[in-house]
Amino acid sequence: MSIAEQPPTTETPELKIVKDATCTFCGCVCDDMELTVEDNHITKAKNACVLGKAWFFNHHIEDRPEATIDGQPVTYEAAFDKAAEILFNSKNPLTYGMSDSTSEAQRVAVAITDWIGGNLDTTTSVCHGPSGMAFQGVGEVTCSLGEIKNRADFLIFWGGNPAESHPRHFTRYSLMPKGEFIPKGRKGRTAVLIDVRKTKSAKAANEFLQIKPRSDFELAWAMRALAKGLKIDPKIEEKTGISLETLTDLMDRMKKAKFGVILFGMGLTMTRGKHINTEAVLSLARDMNRHTRWNARALRGHGNVSGADNVVTWSTGYPFGVNLGRGYPRFNPGEFTSSDVLAREEADAALIIASDPMSNFSQPAREHLAKIPSVVLDPKLSDTARTATVAFTTATYGINTPGTVYRMDDVPIPLRPAFESPYKSDYEILKEIERRIRAKQLGV
Amino acid sequence: MMSDIFVLIPGRTSRQGTALNEGKYTDTYKEEITTLLMNAEDMQRLDLETGDRVRMWNEQAEVVVTCKADKGESPPGVLFISYGDISSQLMGGDTHGSGMPTSKGLDVQLAKAE
Amino acid sequence: MTLTCITNGILQDPANDIDGEVRNVWIEDGRVVNAPTDPGRRADKTIDATGMVVMPGGVDMHCHIAGPKVNVARKMMPDDKRTAEPVRRTALTRSGTTGSVPSTFATGYLYAGLGYTTAFDAAIPPLLARHAHEELEDTPIIDKGFYVLMGNNHYLMKQLQENEPERLKSYVGWLLNSTKGFTAKLVNPGGVEVWKSSGGNATSLDSTIDHFDITPRQIINGVATAVDELGLPHPVHIHANNLGVPGNYNTTLDTMNALEGHRGHITHIQFHSYGGDPDDQSTFCSKVPDLVEYVESHPNITVDVGQVMFGNTTSMTGDGPLGYFLHKVMGRKWFSGDTEMETGCGIVPITYKNKSLVHAIQWAIGLEWYLLMQDPWRIAMSTDHPNGSSFRAYPEIIALLMSRDRRREMLARVPGGLKERTTLADLDREYTLNEIAIITRASPARMLGLKNKGHLGIGADADVTIYQPNEDYQRMFELPRYVIRRGEIVVEDGEIRSNAEGRLLHVAPKYDDGAIDNIREWFEKNYTIQFRNYPVDENTLHEREVIGS
Repeated sequence: MSIAEQPPTTETPELKIVKDATCTFCGCVCDDMELTVEDNHITKAKNACVLGKAWFFNHHIEDRPEATIDGQPVTYEAAFDKAAEILFNSKNPLTYGMSDSTSEAQRVAVAITDWIGGNLDTTTSVCHGPSGMAFQGVGEVTCSLGEIKNRADFLIFWGGNPAESHPRHFTRYSLMPKGEFIPKGRKGRTAVLIDVRKTKSAKAANEFLQIKPRSDFELAWAMRALAKGLKIDPKIEEKTGISLETLTDLMDRMKKAKFGVILFGMGLTMTRGKHINTEAVLSLARDMNRHTRWNARALRGHGNVSGADNVVTWSTGYPFGVNLGRGYPRFNPGEFTSSDVLAREEADAALIIASDPMSNFSQPAREHLAKIPSVVLDPKLSDTARTATVAFTTATYGINTPGTVYRMDDVPIPLRPAFESPYKSDYEILKEIERRIRAKQLGV
Repeated sequence: MMSDIFVLIPGRTSRQGTALNEGKYTDTYKEEITTLLMNAEDMQRLDLETGDRVRMWNEQAEVVVTCKADKGESPPGVLFISYGDISSQLMGGDTHGSGMPTSKGLDVQLAKAE
Repeated sequence: MTLTCITNGILQDPANDIDGEVRNVWIEDGRVVNAPTDPGRRADKTIDATGMVVMPGGVDMHCHIAGPKVNVARKMMPDDKRTAEPVRRTALTRSGTTGSVPSTFATGYLYAGLGYTTAFDAAIPPLLARHAHEELEDTPIIDKGFYVLMGNNHYLMKQLQENEPERLKSYVGWLLNSTKGFTAKLVNPGGVEVWKSSGGNATSLDSTIDHFDITPRQIINGVATAVDELGLPHPVHIHANNLGVPGNYNTTLDTMNALEGHRGHITHIQFHSYGGDPDDQSTFCSKVPDLVEYVESHPNITVDVGQVMFGNTTSMTGDGPLGYFLHKVMGRKWFSGDTEMETGCGIVPITYKNKSLVHAIQWAIGLEWYLLMQDPWRIAMSTDHPNGSSFRAYPEIIALLMSRDRRREMLARVPGGLKERTTLADLDREYTLNEIAIITRASPARMLGLKNKGHLGIGADADVTIYQPNEDYQRMFELPRYVIRRGEIVVEDGEIRSNAEGRLLHVAPKYDDGAIDNIREWFEKNYTIQFRNYPVDENTLHEREVIGS
């Protein structure tokens, strides 16, 4: 029996409305978009935030070659052959990116890397990879975004700026909405922002604690001690910028909350200490369960970065930083992670899917990536695509292609594409490359 | 007296996010990732005005960016820039066994570009 | 069509009353067929099973192998895999990791390697069903499906509160269709909601559940009734309240009573068969005989064991408060994950030690269940993988059941206090091959309502395992000579010969779609995804088969 009682799309020759479409720009993965499509352009994106609107309005079809080899336009067929040849002939290739692609495409990228025995890494390693390591150390007490909406009466945003990075997080999931057991919505919640800078998110919070740079660990550890009723040296203020009195008062109220959540960003993971910072915050949320219900959740960035973690994990047992060179998965962040494999000049080829390490990676990593043969898939031109040996122009996931993405809380959500692209999807391109590599391997 | 060693915090902004979708080769995007936001007191102390070019360097690299007074977001001693090519140049390749280069909280020195 | 014949094997096919007869098994088009009537028609392919034991493929009716919870455990436990032998890539097959929670490809190959061709994941939150399907598609060779967590579902509890049994039934039908699941699963009914709401638990079947003013008893009875009325092939699958708590056998009896004659499957009953005082560990003991007596006299009930074996493993459960309890006891890392409107989840690494009296009693209680249940058709082998142990322990458990001497060897290495607290040392029964074939294939297939599995009669799926007899039963069951799935040899002498996809098994019960408006109204008020984005689109699924009643 069909579940959908109303037609998903209404269509006239010049105008199409797509309901319940999904925005894949950030980790919020809001699936309540209503898109108006006119002549292969999205002209309205109801419910989209400022970032979502920019995403939908600017991913129209650009006039670019479907593929290039060394910058020269070629057919897809020629590019598939060359891409397969590069990857098949490499000895220690790197697969990287994947967080702006469907999980269906991610699975093929993982398969290719397995067959050729490469390094397998995603943008996770340079965003919440350290949170993943912290998780392996102490675990995590967490919940889906709907639990926050329906129950949370105390929110702590830590080292993240959702007002700018996840604009609808406040309105749709955490701060503002009325929930099942939070009938008053915003009035039923207390929100605290902990950050080094007084970002735009500070306005939305009830309180802002401005901490000194690189003191997140000390602050979280002090709060853990307070949660356990231990005495704290008032000198904590010199280190963190937050007085013991303020901290004690905060902790008292955290204990009295019914359901608290710490939502943390890359202010923790990208700063000195990295996974140790996150470990302190995860431990704090866990310890609070001796008093009342507390949870922690990372504010994940890219649309399907959580999917990348999931796919890499179920395929190999490890979330990122995996090496398949010995014929089976090995995990070692700092050794098999992309930044390291490149900066140490170990990779001899790269497959980059929908990401731009040539603009985001460290200088030594970028210099090596520019030297080795690479296969790059991206809907837009980027520094990485420009330096690629083989560059594919791809359809945009969610706008042109169906598939599955995982929201920051690991909730899988289907995509309802708005219009067709003349370009192939990541999935289709990767499948063709895989098929050619398998044919070479099996000698058929 | 403030030292001229600053803590640089690269991060995401919504302007960068929207410009990113228009393309990384648009003027808006380039402007966004080459603008350094500074505490007004620091600027006064260093005799800087919004629109001035400043040199920023550490052991990795030296870059030149345009500085701009922020709206009170950063305390003295803290700088902000949108994450991108410029901030990446100042990042070292070492990840300290984590896979993550230190990408926020970088120690940098700063002076007015001549 | 290729006609295959397995010749001269010693057939163990208890569902067809065949116990050790030398017979041929003919296979065509993936199914067991009659021998050709035309004497000139020869098999295109012959598998000589002379002197070997031929059984239907194994069926694991309760394990945790795919989906959000399993994947979180993989993420959390690199330590569990570092020292475990990996699965190496071959020309034909993918690589993977093992330990207590193998990666998906490894899971498919390892099950097939043990002669198992069907397995069901026991606990999937409906909101995350899509994730489970993606993993199952990447779990090769075996046929598979999952049970849908419903025991703490807000809509369902609301219908009980408002006394709307018809709506409840329609909702169960709608939810199974939406998720492409196999049956309703209850995990600590009501108790998980109390944990999510306040950090507490439901300690008896008559505890009141926060916000809903109902009891676990009502949930059990209401869902069991709905599942029976929907005519599902497998009854409601119950992880009872108070798992692991000394004295919990009373809760287990209460749970079975709450069914009031409706069909019910009580899962990993080992963890629910404890006597003693919850506040005094020294009183911990077995209550298996009392429970066996009840189960044997109530034909509406079936059980699987959830055997504990000694060693490192991972506890993973939809029972959130249980996860917290284990974290406090073990002091080890802990994952808790609550899913809106639906369920919780707890994951904690655990080590069962043979020097621990409590662990040894748990081990013995599992074996008591197998040895005391006279009717093997009402009990299925399980370790509640990976909770009691890995599914890879099945050959060792088989050996323990078939050899009293082997049990005695193990009994000599556990604390002596076991003797007063369980009956294990007094049990002389030794399982026959026929009985092993029942509890590992025929009975779980029958409990699941899988008419084409667990036997080798005409029309059955040609899932066959062929063993080389060995005095060491563990060895015999660890290394089948051949494993055949739907007529294709998938394992030969321990080597995987196939990367076949395997098939999804799910139900599609009819229900009153007039109930959808009410569901939709509630859904749109409370969930954070759109109603239309909730059901799994069947076009995205791999090969599948709808199992009818």
